[in-house]
Amino acid sequence: MEIFENLDWLIYGILIGLFVPIILLLGNKQFGISSAMQNVCSVIIPKTKKLFSKEELNENSWKLYFVIGIVVGGILATSFFDEGINIFLPQKYYSIEGIITLFLGGLLVGFGTRYANGCTSGHSITGLSMLKLSSLLATISFFVGGLIYTFIF
Amino acid sequence: MNKITSIFLGISFGFVLTKSEVISWFRIQKMFRFEEPYMYLIIGTAVIVGIISIQILKKVKLKSLSKENLDFSGKELNKGTIIGGTIFGIGWAITGACPGPIFAQIGTGEYVAFATLIGAMSGSLLYNILRNKLPQ
Repeated sequence: MEIFENLDWLIYGILIGLFVPIILLLGNKQFGISSAMQNVCSVIIPKTKKLFSKEELNENSWKLYFVIGIVVGGILATSFFDEGINIFLPQKYYSIEGIITLFLGGLLVGFGTRYANGCTSGHSITGLSMLKLSSLLATISFFVGGLIYTFIF
Repeated sequence: MNKITSIFLGISFGFVLTKSEVISWFRIQKMFRFEEPYMYLIIGTAVIVGIISIQILKKVKLKSLSKENLDFSGKELNKGTIIGGTIFGIGWAITGACPGPIFAQIGTGEYVAFATLIGAMSGSLLYNILRNKLPQ
């Protein structure tokens, strides 16, 4: 089978999974990214700071630096270790309609992940690694939402 | 966790996310359309590695660098887990990005992902404003 001829998925899966124990050991933090949106928002628009829980902002302050790192990682992966065409979004999104669509999609991502208290990294990777029922139900819900959009709209 | 460690870990994570193409809208579409097993294999492998790591950490009773007991508490289950989770899933299918990948997409030069980022920031703000009125 094709998937066994190219084992990239195995290497990438292992590397992503290792972030769970590494972040636990280095910072005793449960790995997750969605809550970083609150920190990013409060830094870019300081007036919004009072709308967020101070406790959560403090707890997640490290994630601000983590997401800055993710941007740099994206730059490095495509600029200095480039192997081919790097297209991650369809051309149709480079239009007024596309920008509005992405904004609205982003709104659902931001709202949904906060309401669910986690995203793919927080629930599907970290929470499932800890065998939590809440994270299993969250992951199922993520897929239900994605499938609803894909097959109904 | 200090700033240098956080940035370094973020760079590594962003690099892996980008190289593995899990930040690609096209890969996410193929996942939701069941056209290729790639995303399922990556997420599945990551979870298996995570489960094994956590079991080992529990067995050897390792402490964190700050000498604390490791926090395995996980997250609470409430109505938001399901409702919010479904809302996020719709957004994931539209944008091809969950929160981490939004930042990686911007890094790769897909600057239209700034629209996703502004949307996600607004969404987190909106949640905090409506928080007390939502079923929990």
